[in-house]
Amino acid sequence: MVLLSASEVDEIASRHPDAFAGSSRRRLVSWGLAAGTVAYLVFAWWFFSVGTVMANGRWDIAGVYLADWVSYEVRPRIEFEDGYLDISYSRGDPLGENANPDWLVKERATVQSRVIVPDTGSGSGGGTSSSSGSFLGTVNGEPAPTGGAASSKPAAKPETVLREETVRATVAIGSANRIDIAPGVVTVTRGTETLVADIVRDESVTARGPLPSWATQRNPGDKIAVSFGFPGRADIEDDEVKISHRFWGWENFVFDTYSPFWGKSAGEVWRLVTSGQRIDPARSNLSLAWNNILYNAEWQHLDVWTKLLQTIVMAFVGTVLASVVAFPLAFLAARNITQNRLANQLLKRFFDFQRSVDMLIWALFFTRAFGPGPLAGMSAIFFTDTGTLGKLYSEALENIDDKQREGVKSVGAAPTSVQRYGVVPQVLPVFLSQSLYFWESNTRSATIIGAVGAGGIGLKLWEAMRTNSDWENVAYMVVLILIVVFVFDNISNALRRRLVGDRPI
Amino acid sequence: MTTSEHAANPGAQLSEAGLVIERHWQELASRRRLYTLGGIAFMVVAMGGSLWFANETNAGKLWDRLPHFFDFVSMLIPRDATEVWRALFDLPSPYDDGSLKFNYPEGRIYLTEGFYVPQYFYKMLETLNIALVSTLIGFGAGFLLCFLAARNLVANRWLRFFVRRFMEVLRAFPEIVIAGFFLAIFSLGAIPAIIAVSIHTIGALGKMYFEVVENADMRPEEGLRAAGANWTERVWFGIVPQVMPNFISYLLLRFEINVRASTIIGAVGGGGIGEVLRLSISRGHEAKTLAIVLLLFLTIVAVDQLSAYLRKKLVGDQAFAFGGER
Repeated sequence: MVLLSASEVDEIASRHPDAFAGSSRRRLVSWGLAAGTVAYLVFAWWFFSVGTVMANGRWDIAGVYLADWVSYEVRPRIEFEDGYLDISYSRGDPLGENANPDWLVKERATVQSRVIVPDTGSGSGGGTSSSSGSFLGTVNGEPAPTGGAASSKPAAKPETVLREETVRATVAIGSANRIDIAPGVVTVTRGTETLVADIVRDESVTARGPLPSWATQRNPGDKIAVSFGFPGRADIEDDEVKISHRFWGWENFVFDTYSPFWGKSAGEVWRLVTSGQRIDPARSNLSLAWNNILYNAEWQHLDVWTKLLQTIVMAFVGTVLASVVAFPLAFLAARNITQNRLANQLLKRFFDFQRSVDMLIWALFFTRAFGPGPLAGMSAIFFTDTGTLGKLYSEALENIDDKQREGVKSVGAAPTSVQRYGVVPQVLPVFLSQSLYFWESNTRSATIIGAVGAGGIGLKLWEAMRTNSDWENVAYMVVLILIVVFVFDNISNALRRRLVGDRPI
Repeated sequence: MTTSEHAANPGAQLSEAGLVIERHWQELASRRRLYTLGGIAFMVVAMGGSLWFANETNAGKLWDRLPHFFDFVSMLIPRDATEVWRALFDLPSPYDDGSLKFNYPEGRIYLTEGFYVPQYFYKMLETLNIALVSTLIGFGAGFLLCFLAARNLVANRWLRFFVRRFMEVLRAFPEIVIAGFFLAIFSLGAIPAIIAVSIHTIGALGKMYFEVVENADMRPEEGLRAAGANWTERVWFGIVPQVMPNFISYLLLRFEINVRASTIIGAVGGGGIGEVLRLSISRGHEAKTLAIVLLLFLTIVAVDQLSAYLRKKLVGDQAFAFGGER
């Protein structure tokens, strides 16, 4: 082995400068390209005003939206009433309207509350009095109890009744955070820090001492927003405390809160379905459970599955029809099969036309023709891919080996037999493999064109995203799409490999 | 030529061994026929079922709507031929009645006092820019990632596995979801489209690139290794020069695809020509629609031709005819 010293290397370099320096033109070109790219990116930054848009982006919301993908919030509302608290949940709450979670501890006591009982003017009928009383003095959804004496009292006199109400609520958010709510005062503990806020009902919220970093208040007296990070947040207002407690997972994925099976463990549901008493006398528990799953109000399983199937069908039918139509056309377009320049050129330009009018344009047109739905999508895929497949097929035909064809021709076969036995066996695997490839890629594109109205899961995804509150449904559909794409990729790859071997196409 | 001729008098002139071969061939042929027939029958059933399902779940029924299949043509007939010209270049229309349909000059985008860019040209430019920027971003990230996924450069299985799966997820993740998510953060505009298309491009280019790298000639790399070069130097001086033409070629192919993709993303809120096209079709503005379709068509053809020409210059007649992934 010969070892070169540094001086010898230098000597060789000086003898053959061009071999070591490389082409200066080449270097200039590559530097120019790099500089051009950078300059272009700077221009694009200005053109799309990226800086401004980034600065105006609602990044705080981005975190919430992202968290919504894999978690859900329970939002109790704790209203300050006269001397007691009223806890309620919204209709769509993941725990249902009448939730009673163990992280919200209520302390109940008998309180005196003042109920205003207006006089109706006629002043006699106890019936009228109690009915108007039940309208105005409604507490917690129940009519305020009005005694028989109330009707005889003068107009609009406040009356004191004794009832058992919640006087104190303690909400544990995670292990380290607590919100302690009593009429007039709210105590928030996050880790070692504590915030005490005094509330004058319907007037002001005032913190005792300085606000910790995790609490914000716009103006003195306004609501105080408290954040605990991922586990939750709370808004302390002058008439209520709104709490959002976040949990991992997809809530009510199987049964929604309206289902009789909601909140039951898998074992309980299994026992009910197999051997339980009929919940709905009209049908078996199994069919009731299945029905409840399919029509889950939050997740809409049946609708999502139908739409997903639509997308799959769109890609499948579109590709198959395109292949079937492109097959004979490609024979006419290939110049070695059909010796007619005019026909070749016409068809090839037609293919180019179909390809170049984008799938989006076809999708928009056919949505007008068929109405929203998979027919529009599959027609769009069919039109675009007839062009693409026709072009690819005719190119494959033009590259065939002529010897087989001549062999078949030489034994006196009819023209159709020449094509059938001399040409088709050569190109069929390639054709099928290309069709499979497009089937796979169309499954992906079908999702996107669906969003413009061409049917399938795309539209559903788009609707779920528009509401900005159903990101968990978006996540669900994305997972389904990824599974479908993954499965179809593998099927198509396996079939392609069987057809043409490992040859890259 | 057909099998029946052989079957009519098998073994007339065949020896014992010949008979065995003949019988075996017959068996193979009949099994093949069975597979073919089975395959065709399966396809027919699947197609029938699919069409029925599609028809059932569609808003309009196939047979009712089929006569309207070419209705869109009527959406493309302007009041007169020069109307398209006016719509394209934002010239005032004689039919202008104050409605959106004929208000072409209102779309003008003035660069200086007297010089304007017609609206659709500007929008087309925006879409092209979205495509170009995201292709460049995708190229940069795909370039960095692909070497980590190549079997011949990275010995660590887990790193390779991780990088490949990562690129797969980027590729398969529906673009529309990324666009929708960033639309919620940035509100309408081109940036969500750029992000969505870029992310997809990173995955798609990364996959193609690592396959190119795996097919690279390893001798230069070996030489550099013998001279004591470290990993980065080996990749940069040994691999990059030979794969660069292919990389650029795929980049150009991807640019073609991205022009289409950014048009579509535009139609769902990403700005650019897709958005104006969707609006114009849904509002039934014939001349505007036709002008946009024409412009889009010409642009796509031009981009395809340019990219085909550059690719041919770069890598010669190598097989890049296949449409690539969309």
